[in-house]
Amino acid sequence: MAASRNISVSEASRPKLPRHTRLKFDETRQVWVILAPERVLAPDEIAVEVLQLCDGVRSVGDMADQLAAKYAAPREAILADVIAMLQDLADKGFLTEVREKTS
Amino acid sequence: MSDILAGSKTTGAAPSDGLAVLESQRSTAETFGIPLAVLAELTHRCPLQCPYCSNPIELDRGGSELTTEEWKKVLSELAEIGVLQIHFSGGEPTARKDLVELVQHATDVGLYSNLITSAVLLTKERLSALADAGLCHVQISFQGNEPMVADRVAGLKNAHEKKIEAAKWTRELDLPLTVNAVMHRQNLHQLSDIIQMAVDLDADRLEVANVQYYGWALKNRAALMPTIEQIEETSRIVEEAAVRLKGILAIDYVVPDYYALRPKKCMGGWGRQFFNISPAGKVLPCHAAESITGLEFESVRSNHSIAWIWQNSEAFNRYRGTGWMPEPCKSCEFREIDFGGCRCQAFALTGDAGNTDPACTLSPMHEKIFKDAEREAAAHQDRFLYRNFAGGTLETEGEHGA
Repeated sequence: MAASRNISVSEASRPKLPRHTRLKFDETRQVWVILAPERVLAPDEIAVEVLQLCDGVRSVGDMADQLAAKYAAPREAILADVIAMLQDLADKGFLTEVREKTS
Repeated sequence: MSDILAGSKTTGAAPSDGLAVLESQRSTAETFGIPLAVLAELTHRCPLQCPYCSNPIELDRGGSELTTEEWKKVLSELAEIGVLQIHFSGGEPTARKDLVELVQHATDVGLYSNLITSAVLLTKERLSALADAGLCHVQISFQGNEPMVADRVAGLKNAHEKKIEAAKWTRELDLPLTVNAVMHRQNLHQLSDIIQMAVDLDADRLEVANVQYYGWALKNRAALMPTIEQIEETSRIVEEAAVRLKGILAIDYVVPDYYALRPKKCMGGWGRQFFNISPAGKVLPCHAAESITGLEFESVRSNHSIAWIWQNSEAFNRYRGTGWMPEPCKSCEFREIDFGGCRCQAFALTGDAGNTDPACTLSPMHEKIFKDAEREAAAHQDRFLYRNFAGGTLETEGEHGA
């Protein structure tokens, strides 16, 4: 299996949304939403930005670099926030990651 | 099934994680905004005969069901007015020959689709076709953790074995799986094993739903009502498992009304955040609403739009908000927390849907229903009345729903 659930998010993780978790712009309410089984979540602007970076290729560290440059903010603080947010999503089963095939 | 997207289930995200629940930001109470999720009961036909079925006693016949084209029109309209998720339910939704076509249509119009199924009619090919059509999530009901109890409750031989098989196909197809376990006196002893079964099946979620007593379940209340000891044990098991399985299996727990002190916020409040479309096309505030006599429900076959029915129809407005409430609800500090509980239960137990739900300790009926529950649970009348189109069939010594 190339994808795994129940992940522990670290700087090296390359997370992505699994097929049952959809990030979508809700035209009626004019907000971004995350659609997941039995749940509709409303991510804030920062969360949307982070989730749009979750393509299974970028690492969490890459994301922190990018956001730190964009907002001219301390990288370590951003990294901690991004990891906490993604770990919460992962614990809910709404995030997966790409791993190297080991066999 | 339990309240979909109700407050209790959607408040899990901590504010600090950058995620907040949409409903907590934008209350639908003042605006009657269009619900995020809608339940489409495609048919009342079902190979199972569960004695707690949430369908009404008066089942819609096959001939009255909306056609494929009518359902497609409904799905398009729902997406257009802002519904985000569609739950295909029944009866047994896979009994509809056009299910793959309907799921494909839901996908085409941008709806996130969920299948709520008994799974006994599924083949791997059909499930695979549903996945290809864009199905996002599968919920399979289980009646126990092994065939002896499970097949008896379902009233169908080999049902359990077929469910296990379908659950494995679901995960092989990489679809997320929720196990729905409806619990009552005659299967609560299996709860720990059912939790382990859900883990072994690689489910993401488990709904532990105590039976809600209206319709068929009310007729079977004496055979289903748990004892207070069972409920205490259940809460202990669920709490322990929720901690132990964090990140592995999410558990949603629906507590039984009869032993509650406060009523549940049924459907998130009448006409606040949910509606249901019946097989014949009636737009209902909840799947049991037709059990309330004297309420007229509008149909998608009428010349009204679904949005008009939601906002303006008499049935939705009758018990919407807090203006309809009598005492003790009217002056109660919890009136906007539980919205007076469940209208169907108030009707079933008091004869008036406008009364306070007897699950509430402030209802004058509360003590009586609590005593009824205790007495019925202790009497061990275990015989089921199986659900079917003939008005129900009593279980006999040799025949379990056959």
